Amino acid sequence: MIEVSVTVNGRAYEEAVAPRLLLSDFLRHTLGLTGTHVGCEHGVCGSCTVIVDDRSVRSCLMLAAQVDGAEVRTVEGLADGDELHPLQAAFRRNHALQCGFCTPGILMASVDFLERSDSPGRRQIAEMLSGHLCRCTGYEPIVESIHAVALQEGQSP
Amino acid sequence: MKPPVVDYLCPETVAEAVDLLGEHADGAKVLAGGQSLMPLLNMRFAYPTVLIDINRLEETAAIEPGDEVVVIGATVRQGDADQSRTVHAMVPLLAQALPHIGHFVTRNRGTIGGSVVHADPRGEVPLVMVTLGGRATVVSTSGTRTIEADDLFLSHYTTSIADDELLLDTIWPAPGGLWGYAFREFSQRHGDYALGMVACALRREDGVAKQATVAVGAVAGHPVVLDEVGAALVGEPIDERAAAEAGRLAAAAVDPSSDLHASARYRRHLVGLLTESALLAAWADTEREEA
Ligand code: FES
Ligand code: FES
Repeated sequence: MIEVSVTVNGRAYEEAVAPRLLLSDFLRHTLGLTGTHVGCEHGVCGSCTVIVDDRSVRSCLMLAAQVDGAEVRTVEGLADGDELHPLQAAFRRNHALQCGFCTPGILMASVDFLERSDSPGRRQIAEMLSGHLCRCTGYEPIVESIHAVALQEGQSP
Repeated sequence: MKPPVVDYLCPETVAEAVDLLGEHADGAKVLAGGQSLMPLLNMRFAYPTVLIDINRLEETAAIEPGDEVVVIGATVRQGDADQSRTVHAMVPLLAQALPHIGHFVTRNRGTIGGSVVHADPRGEVPLVMVTLGGRATVVSTSGTRTIEADDLFLSHYTTSIADDELLLDTIWPAPGGLWGYAFREFSQRHGDYALGMVACALRREDGVAKQATVAVGAVAGHPVVLDEVGAALVGEPIDERAAAEAGRLAAAAVDPSSDLHASARYRRHLVGLLTESALLAAWADTEREEA
């Protein structure tokens, strides 16, 4: 077993993990944070996306052992109490989710994407979303939501 | 869809990593960004006995401009290379190719070195490396050696890097002179594996091409430089007629196979179109340099 100490959504955890334990399973099964979804387990669907040390990553393509010392953010850490994160609020307003399976991954990728791109347009947003499969929405309301938040952020100084 | 039982080692220095690799050469796999290796483990296509995680190495994480070269450490992320001013200014062909690799999230983790070592025949990084005549530095307990891109990619997922060798960095030529570059690839959806890809580098002098390299990916087990196509372009200005003729030559020169995704005939046609388009863009790029 490997000792891992990691901060997830601001809370510190110390756990002993098997070397082959995936980060996605660590979050869901060891820590009980089931907001992170698992679709394909080989990097294709994007539903398991979380943020590790300020970069969005596929948690099914990382080992729990690799986040020793890291800061992880998952969808559970987005809202502030009852107040939704601006992206969550925009998704809700625009009906950007139906079953919600893809949503946590898309939200976490979008948080990172918006933090590191300069007023992205719909085209760049669509390109970013190429890494995420959604079987319900047809993507348009998702693009709309992310774009709306990008515009909001562009306005605030 | 879970990795097989495996040991995990996480060295902090290159020296440590090389020792571990020497010790475990038989069953070890080096884990860099994991965007190819982890799926292989999850799908049980690979059964290493030990993973040597090189993500904590500091010595392999830098992009260093040098004299007419840029040295990119093995664990530099594809996304970071894509954001690098040095890469954009000095190795524009690589900068053009990087956004085609996977997706935003996978580029956050995937490394330049990983793309080289994985040697996917549809890989963007190997194609650019072969087009530019790059080199790789590898190290083992018996010392360091340099491998030319031409001698590096042997076949599907196979390089000439030995089991006990660790890739340290890749070296990308950034020659002076009036060079123009273009990268073209076609896939069904953005981020999918390419059905065809072409890279070209042209040097212009006195209104004609003085040097020309055209290389093709996704048509064989490794990137292929089309020498006869490059040679036919030298001494010519690259206008629409010359580009179309080169496209025909290129299509005739490759021998792709048919699979589920596309027929050989379709792929050959694609190589022709991509070559034509890449050449015109690279020629326009030399004009931009001149301006
Ligand atoms: S579960 Fe990780 S990408 Fe699909
Ligand atoms: S909302 Fe159902 S998969 Fe996207």
